[in-house]
Amino acid sequence: MVQTSTAPLPSRAYVGTGQRRIDGVSKVTGQARYAAEFPADGLLYGHVVSGGALANGMIERIDASAAEAAEGVVRVYTHENRPRQPWFDSTYQDQVAPPGIPFRPLKDAKIVYSGQPVALVVARSLEVAAYAASLIEITYREEPFRTDLAAEQSNAYVPPEKRAGIEPPPPDRGDVDRALAEAPVKVEASYFVAAEHHNPMETHASTVVWNDGKLTVYDKIQGVVASKEYLTEVFGLIADDVQVISPFVGGAFGVGLRPQYQLFLATMAALDLQRSVRVTLTRDQMFTLTYRPHTIQHLALGADRDGRLTAIRHEAVAATSTFEDYQEVVVNWSGLGYRCPNVAFDYKLAKLHTYTPSDMRAPGAATGVYGLECAMDELAHAAGIDPLELRLKNYAEEDANTGNPFTSKQLRECYRQGAERFGWSRRSAAPRSMREGRELIGWGMATGFWEASMQQTSARAILSADGRLEVATATADIGTGTYTILAQIAADAMGVPIEQVDVKIGDSSLPASPLEGGSWTAASAGSAVEKACFGLREQLFHHARAMEGSPLANEVLERITFAGGRMAVANDPSRSVVVADVMAALGLEKLAAEETAKPDQDAQENYSAYTHAAIFAEVRVDEELNVVRVTRIVNAVAAGRILNLKTARSQILGGVVFGIGMALEEQSELDHRFGRFMNHNIAEYHIPVNADVRDIDVIFVEEHDDKVSPIGVKGLGEIGIVGTAAAIANAIFHATGKRVRDLPITPDKLLRDGDDGVSSGMARAG
Amino acid sequence: MQATETDPRPGNGTGEPGPIPVVLTINGTERRLEVEPWTTLLDLLRERLDLTGSKKGCDHGQCGACTVLVDDRRVNACLTLAVMLDGASVTTVEGLAQDGQLHPVQDAFVEHDAFQCGYCTPGQICSAVGLLKEGRARSDDEIRELMSGNLCRCGAYVNIVAAVRQVMDGTGAGR
Repeated sequence: MVQTSTAPLPSRAYVGTGQRRIDGVSKVTGQARYAAEFPADGLLYGHVVSGGALANGMIERIDASAAEAAEGVVRVYTHENRPRQPWFDSTYQDQVAPPGIPFRPLKDAKIVYSGQPVALVVARSLEVAAYAASLIEITYREEPFRTDLAAEQSNAYVPPEKRAGIEPPPPDRGDVDRALAEAPVKVEASYFVAAEHHNPMETHASTVVWNDGKLTVYDKIQGVVASKEYLTEVFGLIADDVQVISPFVGGAFGVGLRPQYQLFLATMAALDLQRSVRVTLTRDQMFTLTYRPHTIQHLALGADRDGRLTAIRHEAVAATSTFEDYQEVVVNWSGLGYRCPNVAFDYKLAKLHTYTPSDMRAPGAATGVYGLECAMDELAHAAGIDPLELRLKNYAEEDANTGNPFTSKQLRECYRQGAERFGWSRRSAAPRSMREGRELIGWGMATGFWEASMQQTSARAILSADGRLEVATATADIGTGTYTILAQIAADAMGVPIEQVDVKIGDSSLPASPLEGGSWTAASAGSAVEKACFGLREQLFHHARAMEGSPLANEVLERITFAGGRMAVANDPSRSVVVADVMAALGLEKLAAEETAKPDQDAQENYSAYTHAAIFAEVRVDEELNVVRVTRIVNAVAAGRILNLKTARSQILGGVVFGIGMALEEQSELDHRFGRFMNHNIAEYHIPVNADVRDIDVIFVEEHDDKVSPIGVKGLGEIGIVGTAAAIANAIFHATGKRVRDLPITPDKLLRDGDDGVSSGMARAG
Repeated sequence: MQATETDPRPGNGTGEPGPIPVVLTINGTERRLEVEPWTTLLDLLRERLDLTGSKKGCDHGQCGACTVLVDDRRVNACLTLAVMLDGASVTTVEGLAQDGQLHPVQDAFVEHDAFQCGYCTPGQICSAVGLLKEGRARSDDEIRELMSGNLCRCGAYVNIVAAVRQVMDGTGAGR
């Protein structure tokens, strides 16, 4: 079904083991350089001036004279004096731009969201640029704006133009109204997911090095090709004149998928001044970038007395901006998660005067599966059935949204191993039935789903006479472990020690690669690197076989193994040649192969590929203070082949911690008077700290998949978060008997009397 | 620096703002520098001395990515003005490895995969080295509490605790 190489499968000396990161030493010694850390002669510093406390209107007057007069200031750019830019909005569309008109920094006097960049001060030092930015005086004319999602629900609409790569909800199935009316057991509730900002530890930055009209750009981006394409389009540069480099990315989680405004501003200034310019955003400016859209969901579930689902209705209204229709997959999960004959979907957007939301770790799924999995827990409670038992009763053997079978689905095994490790069978069913001292103890669980996909990616492999192997592709490592898994794959493919492998990524001059996102990088870049190495093997074999007196004479590639720097006949290792000898005999300094790996069309059309997880959570809730502690998580994941046990586990740990933040802490709060996210710093926007995280146990369930990608990998970047917030919310219900349907679940919400979900969720939805 | 001792106003002793001479020992090397009174230790390290290992995550003392050791105490370099440190000894992540050998905390971080993107890592490591010197932490809970000034958005906390615990216990490679 998938692309297969004619070569035998490589030996697996490294793949599947726990390898230390090959870039680890550079990170722990401070040698790894990030976008704002590349030096340049005569570097100038740009500081962005963020717009005022309004979300719609016009700049009436902007006075930069005091800033321009400050010693050390080189230039102040505003919409009034910026260099000429392309006219058409479509020029500014990046690889993942949703339908609409992209935001164009300094385009004109119009204010379209609160905090948008309105000027750039360029100075000889960081401090002078920041100081001079404070001297700029701006007066605005305010126009009405709307930032309250709850109030805008009535204006919600089905997006007229689909976002590329995002499946709209499938057609409804059966008759949900009737099935719900007839269901002996049913639950219906609304759930609210708060807006969240990605907040990678590294703020966005671009260092643009100007060299005689050619640019070397160090950018914080999840894929250098996206930045390069944006720059060549917007600034009319020829491809050879721009190189984008991003060897290390200090976290991104989706906020680095679209080129952000600092890239535009730094490049504009560098080209205009013919100088090198760096623009670094401040932490508070990170809240003027994109965010996970706050979303109101409504779910209704019906079941028979045995707990078999008869109806699911899943509706969602999500925030978007006034200028783009950002879309993600929120409700579709309810059509494929469980077997159910009657399903109805609705997914709408509501326009707010904010910046456009965008993908944030498990976009759509983190939101939609939270709703579905909490509703399933409510159904289990209503039906008097164990929550895990309810999932097993409704286990989906095929993807009912498409009618396709799954490429693989070891979710049952996730449930079994996760439950066993957690000790789920010892759970007492009734809420408030477990306690220790003043703490109520709750156990909850949920299922996680994420799409497993692969994108076309090219890679190059070069073998040198000295035995070093270099593999290269433009892709990124945003902390995911890309460097290391590519080295493992290459070392195994060529049968060389991993220490002999050099991995080059994060450079637009390397073979093309898509953005790092969607959990597809390991499958995509990994398959491309393996294919390039197979190309090398083939060349080496043909050279070796043709040598005079070759021990491989009359052999075929399928019977040759590569190990220990030798090519040998399988089952007859006495017939072998040393790879280096072949290179020497031919006088080859280097041997190179470049290949492109593509997803298999047939598998894509006839199968559904998903990653699955079962998450079990224990919480302890102080009965008087209502403080929640997540004391234990077990996450059992089925994700196809696991390449590196160390980095794979870290990916899941990270996803779970993101889920803890989503469940208990994270919320970007809009002040509707100013249309601004007001807790725009990480003292007031809470992300989990070390003391918030206790035991997290990760299980990788064995899963063989020969269809999902050539190397059998499904990807791990998102699955760790999906379902985690639901498992925690369900555990809190089990501990306290209170169902809070409004994330994050902060102590004040638990303090309220009674079952407060729907109304409080709606009241807070803005 | 005589002038500043008699003149209570901040500055270079002339009453005018301007660079102030300081002597800092940075990673074992004495540096004589002229720094502006408003320059933070973090900006001095990153922008003037090309020691970019210390990171800027918030510039407000909220994230800990800039943590360095000043006279063996962990401090937020973004909240420390360089002029306050005349005569002090500063150790950054670049100064922890000795003779090409990783500091045990650095090695434990790699072994336990106690980081992903690596951006908070120099601060985590300096903080952990400071924590070990303080000798206050005994249990995992105390490590968690006393390392909570260093945020990690990649969520490597479980592994950070394991790495610190390994060095604290003086044991070899962990799991």
